[in-house]
Amino acid sequence: MAVDVDHSVVKSADHGTMLEYSTEDGALKILGFWFFLAQDMILFACLFATYLILHNRTAGGPSAMQLFDVPGFAAETFILLTSSFTYGIATFQMRNNRLKSMLIWMGITVLLGLSFVSLELKEFITYVLQGATISRSAFLSAFFTLVGTHGLHVTLGIFWMISVMIQLVKRGLTPVTARKAFIVGLYWHFLDVIWVFIFTVVYLTGVMK
Amino acid sequence: MGGAAILLLTGCSPQQFTVLNPVGPVGRSELQLIILSTILVLVVIVPVIALLAYIVVRYRDKPGNTAPYQPQWSESKKLEFVWWSIPIIIVAILGTVTAEKTFALTRPPEPTNNPMVVQVQSLDWKWLFQYPGQKVATLNYLEIPTGQPIEFILTSNAPMNSFWVPQLGGMEYTMPGTQMRLWLQADQAGTYQGRGANFTGRGFAHMTFNVVATSQDKFNQWVQKVKATGTPLTEAGYQALVKPSLAGVISYSSYPMGLFENVVTKDGGGMGNMGK
Amino acid sequence: MGGVKQFLSHFFVTGPFEIGGDVSIGLVSLAILFVLTRYKLWGWLWRNWLTSVDHKKIGIMYMLAALLMLFRGGVDALMIRTQLALPNSQFLGAEHYDQIFTTHGTIMILFMAMPFIFAMMNIVVPLQLGARDVAFPYLNAISFWLFFFGAMLLNISFVIGGSPDAGWVNYPPLAELQFSPGPGDNFYLLSILISGIGSVATGINFLVTILKMRAPGMSLMKMPMFSWAVFATCIDIIFAFPALTIALGLEFADRILGAHFFTLNGGGNPMMYVNLFWMWGHPEVYIVILPAFGIYSEVVATFSRKRLFGYTAMVTSLLLIAIASYFVWLHHFFTMGAGADVNTFFAIASMFIAIPTGVKIFNWLFTMFRGRIRMTIPMMWVIAFIPNFVIGGSTGVMLAAAPADYQYHNSYFLVAHFHQVLIGGVVYGMLAGMYYWWPKMFGFILEERFAKWGFWLFNIGFYVCFMPQYPLGLMGMTRRMYTYPAGLGWSSLNMISTVGAFVMGIGFIFIVLNIVSSIRHPVKDTTGDPWDARTLEWSLPSPAPHYNFARIPVIDSRDQWWEMKQKGMTKPDDSTPLAPIHMPKNSGKPFIMGVLFFIAGFGFVFNWYVLAGLGLLGVVITLFARSFDYDTDYYIPVDEVKHSEAAFGRS
Repeated sequence: MAVDVDHSVVKSADHGTMLEYSTEDGALKILGFWFFLAQDMILFACLFATYLILHNRTAGGPSAMQLFDVPGFAAETFILLTSSFTYGIATFQMRNNRLKSMLIWMGITVLLGLSFVSLELKEFITYVLQGATISRSAFLSAFFTLVGTHGLHVTLGIFWMISVMIQLVKRGLTPVTARKAFIVGLYWHFLDVIWVFIFTVVYLTGVMK
Repeated sequence: MGGAAILLLTGCSPQQFTVLNPVGPVGRSELQLIILSTILVLVVIVPVIALLAYIVVRYRDKPGNTAPYQPQWSESKKLEFVWWSIPIIIVAILGTVTAEKTFALTRPPEPTNNPMVVQVQSLDWKWLFQYPGQKVATLNYLEIPTGQPIEFILTSNAPMNSFWVPQLGGMEYTMPGTQMRLWLQADQAGTYQGRGANFTGRGFAHMTFNVVATSQDKFNQWVQKVKATGTPLTEAGYQALVKPSLAGVISYSSYPMGLFENVVTKDGGGMGNMGK
Repeated sequence: MGGVKQFLSHFFVTGPFEIGGDVSIGLVSLAILFVLTRYKLWGWLWRNWLTSVDHKKIGIMYMLAALLMLFRGGVDALMIRTQLALPNSQFLGAEHYDQIFTTHGTIMILFMAMPFIFAMMNIVVPLQLGARDVAFPYLNAISFWLFFFGAMLLNISFVIGGSPDAGWVNYPPLAELQFSPGPGDNFYLLSILISGIGSVATGINFLVTILKMRAPGMSLMKMPMFSWAVFATCIDIIFAFPALTIALGLEFADRILGAHFFTLNGGGNPMMYVNLFWMWGHPEVYIVILPAFGIYSEVVATFSRKRLFGYTAMVTSLLLIAIASYFVWLHHFFTMGAGADVNTFFAIASMFIAIPTGVKIFNWLFTMFRGRIRMTIPMMWVIAFIPNFVIGGSTGVMLAAAPADYQYHNSYFLVAHFHQVLIGGVVYGMLAGMYYWWPKMFGFILEERFAKWGFWLFNIGFYVCFMPQYPLGLMGMTRRMYTYPAGLGWSSLNMISTVGAFVMGIGFIFIVLNIVSSIRHPVKDTTGDPWDARTLEWSLPSPAPHYNFARIPVIDSRDQWWEMKQKGMTKPDDSTPLAPIHMPKNSGKPFIMGVLFFIAGFGFVFNWYVLAGLGLLGVVITLFARSFDYDTDYYIPVDEVKHSEAAFGRS
């Protein structure tokens, strides 16, 4: 495995300093990204609040109970949770300087992400074909916006991950590429956490009433 | 005092300060709080401005200024204790009175078993008042008996507005899909200005109405007169009112059953708590 | 042909004001193009400004934009006051009046106050911290250009498509398609959404800068007060702006996708918007006032030649205000029926804010006490701020008493209150900051004669304009009325208020004259420390070199530069050897991204989704292009640093 890594950095990595944190710029960007995630969390919190206020306002249209399909959202959940795990393995491989293996696990994560997005799209299309569009009721507006915003985040994450993979192939594991891979990972795990809330607040509560 | 003199010079008569001339218990209670809070804040404003003037004059950087100069002096536990305490005391006093009055305002100003109810709808750009007890309605004016609490129940079938009759008391929003309650009472007969207080578009400035407060007898006569001479408000007539336009004063001898309730609930709204 | 004509007549707003606007915008643009071409300045503009990632230059651009917007919003204000000067006035119709007060509020808060605080943050924070730039200079440039093109998007609505007219709070259902058809309201939503992305990025950027880039030895409790204020503001920005994004985003979905979040039908709930809007809106007030508090703290210490009094209490109160600002939003709608318990909580929480604020006032007073007060222009603005803000803050406490607010809400009492805290607090602070740091930005001091005229006219005008509005509120006059009948006793007070507004306008003209005449006859600041000041930025030459500090200073005191001067050091320690300086490279991408966002926004405003899609696609492509760009920084060699330090008279 010919990985282009600066040896002084590897040495410091042995001493507990991680590659992505090894430059000042990298450390700043990671901290900045944490703050970004904090504001993104507030963003989702506002969407959740809106959903909770509006989820009974079906205006004569279909309700959560009538729409949601347990196997469908269970599969989405399983896939997304798994993808978070596979990205965790990718990070682990990065820590051990195994670029090739890291890329493989990132690739698996991308594939899982793609299947999540296509399942969600299929779910949305099913609803729309039943007449349950975003303009049907306040409940559906809130549903599509909350879940759709998450879906858009995931979609962006997939493209982002692919771009980081290309950079990893081109440049190997450097403090810069390691930092980028680490930040995409943070983003991906964050989306996973948000999904857990969507799964509970939207889907489980929706079918249990 | 100086401010009052200037105001009089500009030709404003004291009666035109509607908020300061309440004619009912609600407005009076709010005025008490306004006066109390004004006094409390003046306790801070006046000394602070005086202190500022003193300091600026005394410690000017002029040759020969003999005032003490202590460039390193920047901490004093005693002084800081004083000025943490001042606002805390003021907030404590004002907060207590505020809390008490806030709860009082959700109750009728006087105990009542069978209050008179007026249902208020803000429309684009007019006010519709329904009297469920009397089964009459009015547009852009309000007739109420003096000496008893009136329960206003408010909603909107247009952008949200706010129902305000300053001399009777404070305002409350009218919101689509929600009904809210506001207690007001007039203790003396007279005509009082009312207006919308939340912007609703081009006709907003013209959403004014007069509130005529009269004795119970005269009020009853007025109801009889409206029943005899007014026109009925039909469903079609109501739909015409909902369309954006300006309108004059109208009396309706009757209105469709459940009109108000339908407006509140038509969009999933509840007849719920009314802001208790 | 007819179709085209009809389209154009809808696209371009036609009316005497708008055609006047069209002509003047056209003439000014032509003049700018002519000057740039005639003096071959295009390259200079692009290389030195549009592509700059230097925090000092970005700060200057923010400040120029803020002054420009202050002019635009001020003209709006004068038109409002002209309309209200007389009862039954026909100067503006309801349609125009509604548009003008909407753009006035939107511009003053989001496109004047916000860029003005960002200007001060950018110009000062890295210099105060002993840093060479902000944490993310490239992101900083993106923030600026998103703000700038967001502001442009709102401003072109005056001549293209029509201005928004639902008030700066844009409450639904009034702002929904049913009651506000046409592109006007879309301009409002898109311009704020676009600039809002930039604001959040600025919040993150400065928070990281302050946490991670302070010079060695500068513990948090040795940090200058302005940087502390910015720290508190950034926390508010990060946690408040998402609520605005969601409020406006959902309203946008209602208008574009036919969703039913806040509509009159389909189960919408307008009150949800009101809550989300003010969950941002109230912290926003503190976002703009806290940096002003920071400026007052710096200026008052410098011109009293004394340490800031009660530093610890000042920090505590900043943080208390920043946190408490999240628990008061409901006081913007006590009269919306939330219930007595909820109203009581928010009333007392709102009053609570007066406690730390009052403490700050006393600490400023006692900074002057036993000091030596120099009446410079920045100090005059601070001294004028104190009584103004004490009165404005006190009426705020009166408004917080919920039952009394039932009588003040939406009346001119409220209008007078928030103008007093926002002008007397924020605008005075920004002007104090502008006069104070002007030499650091440009290397010359603003002359005093016109500055004093501007100061006195603006101040006197302020009281003449806004004091009559308190009694007007008690007479029952509500905000956003385009006209009122005679006979209510409102006429003379309104006339006085209008006169005051014009006096303020003349004051503003004097401030502009002041800047122009100082540019023509500059009083050069050769020392770098014209005010005999206290913090690190004054240890640098004016203007500061683009790398700020040739050597990063080591800090051992709060008033580092003052203490150094006390020890007889008149320039920073230069005993350590110089090292190459790591700097970010300029980039055109932030500007391009701003243009692309503008195109996308414009497309959405007119429901031209192809254009909007192309704009957004362009944004995404720019993002990825940046990600693949590894040539983003460079080192300034030691020789060059030496050369440039020598040019400043330092070696």
